[in-house]
Amino acid sequence: MTSLLTFPKGGVHPPASKGLTENLAIEVMATPDELEIILGQHIGAPCTPTVAPKDAVQEGQVIGEVTKGLGVPLHAPVAGTIKSFGMSGHPMRVSAPSITIQTNKEAAPVQYSRCDWQKLAKEELLAKVHGAGIIGIGGAGFPSHVKLSPPPDNPVDTLILNGAECEPYITADHRQMLERAQEIVEGALVILKILGITKCFIGIENNKPDAIKTMTEAAAAVSTPEHTVVVQPLQVKYPQGSEKQLIQAITGRKVPGFALPSAVGVVVHNVSTARAIYDAVVLSKPLYEKVMTISGKGIKRPANLLVKVGTKVSDIVEYLGGVTPELAKIVMGGPMMGFAVSSLDIPVTKTTSSVLFLAEDEIDTTPHSQCIRCGWCLEACPMGLEPKEVGLYVEAGRPQDTGQFGVFECFECGCCAYVCPAKRPLVQFVRLAKMKAKR
Amino acid sequence: MWTVVACLVPPLVLSVFIFGIQTLLITAVSVASCVAVEAATQKAMGRKITISDGSAVITGMLIAFVIPPGVSPLLPILGAVMAIAIGKHLLGGIGYNIFNPALLARAFLLATFPVAMTSAWLPPLSDMAIFSYLGTSIDAVATATPLAVLKTQGLGAFTEQFGAAANLYTNFFLGWRPGSIGETSGLLIVLGGLYLLYRGYITWHIPVSMLATIALLSWCFGGEVLFSGDPLLAVLSGGALLGAFFMATDYVTSPTNKTSQLIFGVGIGALTVLIRLKGGYPEGICYAILLMNPVSPVLDGFFKPKRFAPLQGGGK
Repeated sequence: MTSLLTFPKGGVHPPASKGLTENLAIEVMATPDELEIILGQHIGAPCTPTVAPKDAVQEGQVIGEVTKGLGVPLHAPVAGTIKSFGMSGHPMRVSAPSITIQTNKEAAPVQYSRCDWQKLAKEELLAKVHGAGIIGIGGAGFPSHVKLSPPPDNPVDTLILNGAECEPYITADHRQMLERAQEIVEGALVILKILGITKCFIGIENNKPDAIKTMTEAAAAVSTPEHTVVVQPLQVKYPQGSEKQLIQAITGRKVPGFALPSAVGVVVHNVSTARAIYDAVVLSKPLYEKVMTISGKGIKRPANLLVKVGTKVSDIVEYLGGVTPELAKIVMGGPMMGFAVSSLDIPVTKTTSSVLFLAEDEIDTTPHSQCIRCGWCLEACPMGLEPKEVGLYVEAGRPQDTGQFGVFECFECGCCAYVCPAKRPLVQFVRLAKMKAKR
Repeated sequence: MWTVVACLVPPLVLSVFIFGIQTLLITAVSVASCVAVEAATQKAMGRKITISDGSAVITGMLIAFVIPPGVSPLLPILGAVMAIAIGKHLLGGIGYNIFNPALLARAFLLATFPVAMTSAWLPPLSDMAIFSYLGTSIDAVATATPLAVLKTQGLGAFTEQFGAAANLYTNFFLGWRPGSIGETSGLLIVLGGLYLLYRGYITWHIPVSMLATIALLSWCFGGEVLFSGDPLLAVLSGGALLGAFFMATDYVTSPTNKTSQLIFGVGIGALTVLIRLKGGYPEGICYAILLMNPVSPVLDGFFKPKRFAPLQGGGK
């Protein structure tokens, strides 16, 4: 085995807590009666509906298009009838416009068949990726076709697939790497062809030896002298899966501030996005399903679920037998970067990778106290920032003066808040500072 | 916080066997008054009472550790008021105090009760007679600290009184010498400090740079001629070890940046040796740390962490 790579500065080692779901195969959840599809699933302008209430729609039919700016189309996850346009709960934006579809339970699921994608030209492949509504489903929601069209002055030579899955609890990518290894690797070949390059690394944290083994075998099967797909085991350290940190760990290159990875010749996709690209290009299947981890001691039956986009958290809870009496907090996303939610009436989007139902002993509810200037956050920050100073400035009512501490370089990984002995909500301080500070 | 308290317990227990049972009484009064003053101040200022965080307990223990074992047990009460009410809460509470509260208390007591604070030194007990100093007049038994003897009477008197070479180092390392209540036991202080290092609560930067500077400068300038000083004796004397591991490493009053911490440690070491050799006091740790405390934010403002990807125009 090659030596374990990692990023040099900062990082923390939270307990992995993946045992609840890492050995559970991905389970297809029964489609609920109603889906709420949020129109703004990606970074960029939200979609405009192309259907009207009472319209009948087929599974995979386009129901929303982007009319201006960056974006990808939106598809109906099921056959059914458009019930209404309205607002849905959203973990970050509180509420967001959405389309409600009434599921037609009688409709047979659509069958997709392989196409001979090797014969297609680069532009045709890109059009398929865009048309299938592919976005970075690891979490950021950046439209994938944009990443796959790097600016001509930044020649790309390396593709990295992100299988680090460094967030505690989440095992969705892990299970996909075990169960869909060939599809992920074929997705990588599609991306290599679109980018016109030959070198792909798949970064996986070393706490998933079975995934490393399966993916290495799948990668070896498709590697040729012209196309090398190599699995690169990584040290277990959060945030190993952060784009800038992953690129530095694998290639040694540092992405400058505010620049895209293509500035250093790299394109990064999540392994689950690679699988979605496989679906889009090889099977011509749009992105309207999502593999998610539902975990924590607060849910009756933790699981890795394949759900339709638009499924509400309340439907998932019902499907998994309800919550346990220990439930204390619900988090959408991972425990480090996710958002606590106060309602189950929130639909899953393309970027929702987990919903955690955490018990009292899995969270820390100690009230925070004053900063004692221990400097642990400085050591933990992978970006070399000063979270404690941001917190002190925000508390002193001067969030506008925090630009000097690099708040805009912060990607809110939460390492600082994790190590803080005073339990200070440093990420929330930074978010507030970002709203008020001048770039 | 409570880990630090635990690390301070062994030297306290040993002090009972070195200086007698009254060290326990002084420490108990000091801790109780610090906790009481903290609660009273926070109540008076309308703040949340945080006595359970252990911070006032540490301050109480450290105040007792840096005063002579023969003082009145009422003395630490005054120290507690200075440390907690004025030094900590009037400056903004935990996290906002500029000076190390325990050392502020010591400096205050030294100025207000100079006789007690400079003469109530007891010779170490030799036969575990821990009650023998109770009820006796301190004046009858009081002695002088090694650094004071060295400063005022010279090396000859020092050797005559405290012995020389290996025997001297062993006694000093184990704690059998006159000194403040908790500063003498080098071994237990170092063990406690190493445990804090092992747990990651402190880093090596401040203790190592501070002790290395004291050793180096004492070797250079501590003897009759250049480069003839005794570096080991300098580190084992006075409050050097207690200061290095438990005072200078106080999060609030020390820098956070590693480069700043090294400079901070060197500064304390240099000031300590300067005061010991040229100043009016035999020991300089307390004032050296108090003088470097306000330099911490200045150092941190100067040495910034290396940013991963600084944005253009986004500050220095």
